[in-house]
Amino acid sequence: MTRVSIKVDGVDYEDDVEPRTLLVHHLREQLGKVGTVVGCDTSNCGACTVLMSDADGHQRSVKSCSVLAVQANDREIITIEGLSGPDRTLHPVQRAFHQAHGLQCGFCTPGMIMAAVDLLEENADPSEEEIREGLEGNLCRCTGYQNIVRAVREASAEIRAGHGTAEPAPPTPRAGEGETPDSGLRREDVPDETIPQPVP
Amino acid sequence: MTITEGPALEVGSARRRKEDARLITGRTTWTENVTLPGMLHLAILRSPMAHARITAIDVAPALAVKGVVDVFSGRDVADVQGSLPCAWPVTEDMVRPDRPPIAVDEVRFMGEAVAVVAARSRAAALDAIAAIEVDYESLPTVLDLEAAIADDADLVHADKGTNKGYTWVFDSAAAGTGGDAAAAIDGAELVIRRRYVQQRLIPAFMEPRSVVVDPTGDVYSIWSATQIPHILRFLLSVVTGTPEHKVRVIAPDVGGGFGGKLQVTPEELITFIAARRLGKPVKFTESRSESLVSAHHGRDMIQDVELAARRDGTVVGLRVKLLANMGAYMGLVGPGVPILGAFMYNAIYKFPAYRFECVGVFTNTVITDAYRGAGRPEATYAIERIMDELADELGLDPLEVRRRNWINADEFPFTTVCGLQYDSGDYAKATDRAMELFGYDELRQEQQARRDTGDSVQLGIGVSTYTEMCGLAPSRVLGSLRYGAGGWETASIRVLPTGRVEVVTGTSPHGQGHETAWSQIVADQLGVAFDDVEVLHGDTRTSYKGLDTYGSRSLAVGGIALYNACQKVIEKAKPVAAHMLECDPADIEFTGGQFRVRGNPDGGRTLADCSLAVFAAHDLPDGIEPTLDADAVYDPVNFSFPHGTHLCATEVDTETGRVTIRKYVAVDDVGRVINPLIVEGQVHGGVAQGIAQALFEEAVYDSDGNLMTGTFVDYTLPTAADLPSIVTDRTESPAPDHPLGTKGVGEAGTIASTPAVVNAIVDALRPLGVHDIAMPCTPERVWRAVQGGAA
Ligand code: FES
Ligand code: FES
Repeated sequence: MTRVSIKVDGVDYEDDVEPRTLLVHHLREQLGKVGTVVGCDTSNCGACTVLMSDADGHQRSVKSCSVLAVQANDREIITIEGLSGPDRTLHPVQRAFHQAHGLQCGFCTPGMIMAAVDLLEENADPSEEEIREGLEGNLCRCTGYQNIVRAVREASAEIRAGHGTAEPAPPTPRAGEGETPDSGLRREDVPDETIPQPVP
Repeated sequence: MTITEGPALEVGSARRRKEDARLITGRTTWTENVTLPGMLHLAILRSPMAHARITAIDVAPALAVKGVVDVFSGRDVADVQGSLPCAWPVTEDMVRPDRPPIAVDEVRFMGEAVAVVAARSRAAALDAIAAIEVDYESLPTVLDLEAAIADDADLVHADKGTNKGYTWVFDSAAAGTGGDAAAAIDGAELVIRRRYVQQRLIPAFMEPRSVVVDPTGDVYSIWSATQIPHILRFLLSVVTGTPEHKVRVIAPDVGGGFGGKLQVTPEELITFIAARRLGKPVKFTESRSESLVSAHHGRDMIQDVELAARRDGTVVGLRVKLLANMGAYMGLVGPGVPILGAFMYNAIYKFPAYRFECVGVFTNTVITDAYRGAGRPEATYAIERIMDELADELGLDPLEVRRRNWINADEFPFTTVCGLQYDSGDYAKATDRAMELFGYDELRQEQQARRDTGDSVQLGIGVSTYTEMCGLAPSRVLGSLRYGAGGWETASIRVLPTGRVEVVTGTSPHGQGHETAWSQIVADQLGVAFDDVEVLHGDTRTSYKGLDTYGSRSLAVGGIALYNACQKVIEKAKPVAAHMLECDPADIEFTGGQFRVRGNPDGGRTLADCSLAVFAAHDLPDGIEPTLDADAVYDPVNFSFPHGTHLCATEVDTETGRVTIRKYVAVDDVGRVINPLIVEGQVHGGVAQGIAQALFEEAVYDSDGNLMTGTFVDYTLPTAADLPSIVTDRTESPAPDHPLGTKGVGEAGTIASTPAVVNAIVDALRPLGVHDIAMPCTPERVWRAVQGGAA
């Protein structure tokens, strides 16, 4: 057993772990962070993606099934459960996945959202192609990725606008817009505060 | 005074999903998240051999591992483990070998369960698994479908004397639904013969299968990542001899299915057996590698197709011979998958004569069973490929050949050569719309230009017009096909005292957004707010009756049950409203969410007013039962038949074999749409899976029966970078038999897209003499076809 101290979603934890314990299992089984899920045993699916601080303190996405819990010692982890703000406001990427119907069964979604957060950290205004390449490590079997790409584009516009650029960010065209009649769907405009919030 | 408008219609609006709130915040109940006090973890030792006799198993070293509570093999539980069920004996004499959840004397596919460990932690269970010693004596392996049915073939089940599970025939002349296909083919001006191979695919739902069984208390509580909690409960009870009322199945959040979770699995039975043996809660969650070798696969058929036509392009007869790989045993509905397909080979066409013959074949592979579309994508692929061959032979545009054979809009309802009555549709309208969005004529011109200049990157245009049968199905039809269950569905509505509504559905979603769509329907019908509706599903104690979710049946069948339950609630509320409004119940009308005295726009009562009145029940007139709750069970009168036209343009690099999808247009007609956002998402996902069959996916066994594609490293699901954005649109032919006009959408994209993509690749290469490329059309295969074709 090895003692590790890891800050997860803003809370400091100290635990004894077997050296072979993977971070994802530590998060799920010892800390009860079951929002992060396991989809494969070969580090291919990305379902287990979380953010982990690197040596410089930057939060970068990692596949938590390919990191040992001991490697996370003294690091800070953010999981899908800690992504929303303290007042439970959703992160713009979470909100965009909801708005753009970027999920169906939702199993890939926590990992996909965490990977997208990192992607937008790296590149504030990715093109469709950059998004597709940036999310290559995360598999989704339900959506065909089209609305995931759309969600990331919408989130990027929102984040840029929210970061107080002098001019409001230009509206990002949706993937396939102009060609896709469905992109002109009647979508009721949901004000942010009515985005459903689960009761804890 | 004008009557106040009711709430804006929910049906038809692109409501964001209710389900999302928990899914985007990680506050979900996947089965793997369920943890109970004292719970033990299971691990399963699986056969590394495709076919072998088990001569000895030594579990002693495993029992010695710290934390291990129990180890057992098939022989240890032989008297209680039962046989996994097959619910679809398609013929009277179908061979149905026993299928114990844990192999007893013989293993028949790689990945079959051989022994089980229960331990305090998963790590301990896995350590112990590695310590079990098994001696195998290898037996001959049967893998090739044609070799398997040869006279001197080795046998998967020696005691059965054959690898032929069944032979099933449909002949339109014998059935009285059409002419004689053999005669039509013999006398035809033109006959085209082709062989198409449906490679084996893996459903690959993203959530691995997981089961928790809790035997403490008065009933067995079973959480399972399943599409079919109700069917599972019934069959678990039958197989294990546990009274049905002592079994409760819960399908909590389920992470994808695609037919892959339409199964009663060995793992579910094994977990049940372990929990019963040990008297403790037990959990089993598969790893991805286990999933790929042991959860059922799909497709895997050889189709020999003969199409007879006149020189003017009119098809006069179709004959199909099919070999369908069942794997080592018969799955829950596996034998029926090709039979569903049998009814779809004539697609949208007025074929006058048809014969179909299918042999279900045993091999030493994991079973095949339903995978998105189940039989219908295979049929559509074969017919849409060979229609292109006919067009090529006659020098016609592929769409022109289709137009000359399809059912025209004014001919519905139309009884097909298979005896199905197609309900409604307009193939010309969907096709015209697709051509317009696609820019068909311009792309044809570009194609010609590239051909003329001998461009190394050729352009191909692929056409796929399809229909499918959704909404399985009238129970008597399923009965005539020897399917074990019916096709009805249930819904219950509970009106709570405050006027909020709980809806209980017998369908069991795993990503399809039922909570949202069902809420939209109920909100409109009952005049309550969308957010005041809660949809309950997937727990046989709250939703005690139902037939679950597969075959795009939820909305097409369950939606009618829901609609009917709403009407019953309204009828029950009318006398209550009449009492409050002091009028005759016959004078009450329900409009805009209000019960009103006919002709009087004032002083209406809402459902909430009525529910409070029945809750108090202080002064209800005699004879009124104080409840507004209502149940409905609906058995469909027919299938519904969505249709559509998909067009795909591919760029094919003749030097490298690389295929790029340049443009993809899907125009689908799924009847009236409840939620366009959800429909669009279903089409995206469906098309992606169909493209994946055309270009990427294939489950491969080596000559010893080892699955070579046993991890996500080798079984390559498409990533975001592999797929294009597609253009979607709809036409709308409401389903005449459905009060809301809906048809079903879950499988449409998958059915249509595979032939569209392959037709496009072949179309690009036709000038080089290419007529077919086996799926998946990898760069290597395409390149070889170019070499062979050009030679
Ligand atoms: S679980 Fe699949 S990458 Fe981590
Ligand atoms: S939403 Fe189901 S796997 Fe992505």
